[in-house]
Order: sequence, then C-alpha cells, then structure tokens
Amino acid sequence: MTDMLTRQELLRRAGVGAAMLSIPGLAAACGGSSSSGSGATTQKLASTLRFANWPLYMDYVEKTKTYPTLEAFTKKLGVKVDYKEDINSNSEYFGKIQGPLSRGQSINEDIIVLTDNERYLATMIKKGWVEELDKDAIPNIINLVDVQKHPGFDPDRKYSLPWQSGMTGIAYNKTLTKPILSIDQLLEDKSLKGQITVLNGFADTLGLVMLSNGDDPSKVTDASWKAAIDRIKEASDSGQIRQFTGNDYAGPLDKGDLKACIAWSGDIVQLGNPKLKWNVPKDGAMIWTDNMIIPKGGDAYTASVYMNYAYTPAVAAKIAAYIQYVTPVKGTREVLGKTDPALAGNPLIFPTDTMLEQVHLIDPDALSNADYNEQWQAVLGA
Amino acid sequence: MGFFHRHRGLTPYLLLLPGLAWLAIFFLVPLGFLAYQSLQSGTFDVGYAFDWAWGNYWDAFQRYHPWLVRSLVYAGLATVIALVISYPLAYWIAFRGGQWKNVLLVMIIAPFFVTYLIRTLAWETILADQGPIVGVLRDVGILGDNGRILATSTAVVAGITYNFLPFMALPLYVALEGIDARLIEAAEDLYASKFQAFLRVTLPLSMPGVVAGTLLTFIPATGDFINAQLLGTPKQAMIGNVIQSKFFNLLDYPGAAALSFTLMAAVLLLIAIYARAIGTEKLTG
Repeated sequence: MTDMLTRQELLRRAGVGAAMLSIPGLAAACGGSSSSGSGATTQKLASTLRFANWPLYMDYVEKTKTYPTLEAFTKKLGVKVDYKEDINSNSEYFGKIQGPLSRGQSINEDIIVLTDNERYLATMIKKGWVEELDKDAIPNIINLVDVQKHPGFDPDRKYSLPWQSGMTGIAYNKTLTKPILSIDQLLEDKSLKGQITVLNGFADTLGLVMLSNGDDPSKVTDASWKAAIDRIKEASDSGQIRQFTGNDYAGPLDKGDLKACIAWSGDIVQLGNPKLKWNVPKDGAMIWTDNMIIPKGGDAYTASVYMNYAYTPAVAAKIAAYIQYVTPVKGTREVLGKTDPALAGNPLIFPTDTMLEQVHLIDPDALSNADYNEQWQAVLGA
Repeated sequence: MGFFHRHRGLTPYLLLLPGLAWLAIFFLVPLGFLAYQSLQSGTFDVGYAFDWAWGNYWDAFQRYHPWLVRSLVYAGLATVIALVISYPLAYWIAFRGGQWKNVLLVMIIAPFFVTYLIRTLAWETILADQGPIVGVLRDVGILGDNGRILATSTAVVAGITYNFLPFMALPLYVALEGIDARLIEAAEDLYASKFQAFLRVTLPLSMPGVVAGTLLTFIPATGDFINAQLLGTPKQAMIGNVIQSKFFNLLDYPGAAALSFTLMAAVLLLIAIYARAIGTEKLTG
C-alpha cells in the first residue's frame, strides 16, 4: 500500500464498490493505488518516492550528507525521496523480495534497480511483478540512447528504463605485468598463474570467453556455451584462476595481489589508482545496464515522474559526473562538456564509437537457462 | 493477587510464556515452513508445489556429501584451534587478569563492533601475498617463493577460527572464573604437582565452559559461507555456499531447504555423539 492512498481515494474506490464500506471496495483500495494496472493511476503525486538503489550510485555531498539531484527533485515537485542503498547483489535482493511479490504483497518501494545481465530483471517482468511505466509522464524518454530502446527482456520499454550502463573488460596492474589485452593472455599466460580473478556472473566471464572463442554471446548455443565453460573450468582447475569474485576483486587488485582480472569499467575509474589500467579486450567487451523498474504495488505515476526528471540531460550530467558510469541519456555529454570537459572526454563514461562497436549484450535466454545456471554454479564450486 | 494465589502452579508457565512464544514464532514456525518447502517439487518458472518430494533429501545427500564433509572438517579444525588458543587466554584472564580483567574481556569482544564481512575482508589484508605474514613465511622457507595463504584451505580455516574465537573464549572464561582457587591450593597442598592439579581439578571443573564453547563455535562455523567465499577458491566451497547458491542463484528453494535440513541433521547427530561421549552433566556443571 502506498502513501498515495489518500482519504478521498479510499472513499472513491469504496464508492465504486457500491456500499461505502463494502469489503471488496476496501480490499481493492488496500491493494495499492496502482495495483489494477497503469489505467488506474491517479495522476497525483505521492508525498514520498521510495527508491532502492546500489551503493555509490547517486550524486552525494559528503559534507552536507545530501543527494543534490534528489533534493532538487523534492524542491521542484514537493515529493520527498526515501532513498536507500539497499541493493548489493541482484540475486540477494531478488531473494529478499520474491517472497512478498509471489504472495501478491507490495515490497514498499516505488523504484528498484536491477541489472540486465542476470536472470532476475527478466524474471520480474515475466512474472508480472512490475507496474507499467506511465509513459505520458515521461516525455524525456526521447533522450534514451538508441541502443537501449529495444532490449530483449522488454522490447518496447513498457516496464523498465536504464539507470546506468557499464562495460566488462580486463584490468591489469601495469607495474606487475606487461599489458594484458586479451582473454587468451589472461587465461593462458603462465606468468599470471594464481594471480588473476574472473567475475562470478557468467554473463561477464563467459561472455568475454565466447568473444575470444569467436562466438557471439548475444546468441548462445550449446556448443558455444560448452566451449566457453570448459575453458574456464580448465583455467580454474589448473590454478591459473585464483578466485571467482563479485566486486571484491577491487581490494586485492589495488593492493597488488592480483596482476590482472576481469573487471567493470566504473570500478577502475572509482579506484583512481594510476597503476591500474582497464581495457576493452582484443576480441570485444561485454556491456550491461542497470534498469529502473517499478515493483508491483509501487506508485507508477510518481516513479515515472522521477524517471522523467532523471532523463533531463542537466540532471543526468550531475549524476554521471559523480558516479562515472556510462549514462543512457542523450545530451548529457554536451551539458558536461561545458562544466567538466575532462569528464566529457573520458571514454569510460562516454565510450567512443569504436568502443561501442566492440561491446556486446548477453543472450537473455541463456540467463534463465536452468542447465547453464547449474553448470556455472558447479564451476564456482557450489 | 487472588488468582495467582489460587493457581500458584501456573506461575512458572506464565513466566515461561514470552520465551516459548519467541521460540515458536521465530524458530518453530520458520522451521516448519522450511520443512514444508523442502518437500516441494517443480521449477521456479512454473512454481513449486508440495508433494512429499523426499527425493530432494536423497539428491541433497548424494550430490553434496563432499561439501558436507568438508564443512564439518573445517568447522571441527577451527573449533579445536580456537579451543587451543582460547584456553590459555581465558585461563590467564581468569586467574592472572587482576584489575585488567574487564579491559582484557572487552578486547576479546572488541572485533564484534565491526561487521562480520569487514572482519573477514581484513584477513585478505592480513594474509595478502605482499603482506608481512606471507613475507616472513617465504623468508624462512615455509612457503615457496610464489607460495600464498589466501585462496587456500588454511586461509578459510584461519578466517573461521578468528571469527568464532570469542564464542569459545567467553564461556571458557566464565567457567574458569567460577572455579574456587582454594580447591587448586588444596590439591597442591595434599598431593599434586601444578600440572596434576590442573589436570585433575581445573580442567574437569572448566568442562562446562569447554562444552559450551565448542558447541557455540562448531555449530555456526559449519554453516558459514563468507569465509570460504572471500578467502577460498571453488575447491574450498562449504555447504553454506551450496545452500546460498541454490537459494539465490538457482532459485531451487526446495533443494536449498532439503540441504539445510540435511546439514541440521548431520550437526545434531555429531552433537549427540559428542554429548554421549563427554556426558551431558558436563554441560550443566
């Protein structure tokens, strides 16, 4: 149930249920203001927007402990933002919310952010656990970059909008090794033995291996899958690969325990260690996108109004300047060019055209393939 | 007033009520739900349904017993090492701590002010390849030039030992602190050397602490997955990692539930054997 459920609305809904206090009328009213689909949105802003996101994923001022773009949103529209850095892992967050959602209960969030290179985002949409976006409230959707307009899991962007994207490639410590520019080198160069890590999401790791094998990760076949996973298994058994990590590779890489690893572009920018280099591997990199969705029971109208705000280039520029991942909003670079030309020229935030030609999306069908998931978890040791 | 006088026999039960309610709501209900889930079959996409799927247990045991054994071995090792480290520590604080007792006890608990995850990550720094410990071990030739501790079984067991050490040290301290020093004196006056007095007086009297400490360490350590995940490799994966991956990554909730029950049964069995061997009266003193 949302804060949006005002007294008038309760009365209006109850009125529809014939008698003022009839049980069905009240039950419908308690189902949340938008539970009967976007047609029922009230076009009235909630007093609070509840937004769960990943850590370090919103512009923040340490000194005043505030999020400037969220403050400005509140000032402009009178909607307070209850912003939480609650999501640390797609799988764990999904594990937490799937119980209530599967029982038809609201999780008391209006916007949550999930990544398109794991199965959970597509599952949320397939299971009908999301509200439709209120597109009338998001005219700025025209600023969405073209490559993001028709993803496989949501071809018409009915339920989701990108928050930020990032690339998966290779990072290496230039004082400990010669440049590592390909997956072949990473997995086979004996001088790296026991001093590399790969990521524990198969879209990241096997995607790169497939590219290196000359296969297309956006159309995974049993043969290309097997070739890729066998290569990783061999590298793990031989001790070439030290560990499979989430973003906990950052510490050992920074300290010099790792010579090289599969890494996310934005992490390396944020570490700011001049010895560390990140590159798109010779055969191409993977790209992934974190998407905003409105979980069932969330206030679709208020969430959509916020999304519209976030898709204003001036706002997107402030967010991108702080979090330094790839922004999906057109016009952001032009705005940043005026205030911070160095950032506007950073290819890890605004990838060059050649870089964009070398990045690939994972096949969404592979993500939800039970066999593949099981085989991959077995490689991870569990 | 009148009611309690007339029903004096009820009072203990009324006093027990909050505790029993707590146990029922936060332990028995979830446990029942888990048991129910462990007997479901189906897939995540079409949904799971209850149908007495005992096969989940057979699968869990047959497929994952190596992980189960590994977890019990790691937890057992960590418990023994923690005992060996904690006993002298607790002994010293209890008998020689003097005015510093409280400070020393706070020092044992102090790491608990930092979250579990951060404490485990700290071991990544302590055992780092470029760090002082590995450096010394390489210099004295215990580790080869390219040897390492991180991402080995040693690191995982060390991490578990460290994380659960206070659970061992505190019950030991309480047991040792409660020993009447005059009994030891008497033993020494009458017949015993210091060592004999320790063996025949102090150690038996501290057994409740040893039993409580080993249980408090062993049980949670068996189900741990953070240490194996952060300090180990796939070859060190424990049963907790498998349950976690089944639940979160494979969305195989019945499988995860059946594995949890299998783990619980294995731990209960071991504890039953332990209690029999050592005698339950040792637990209560």
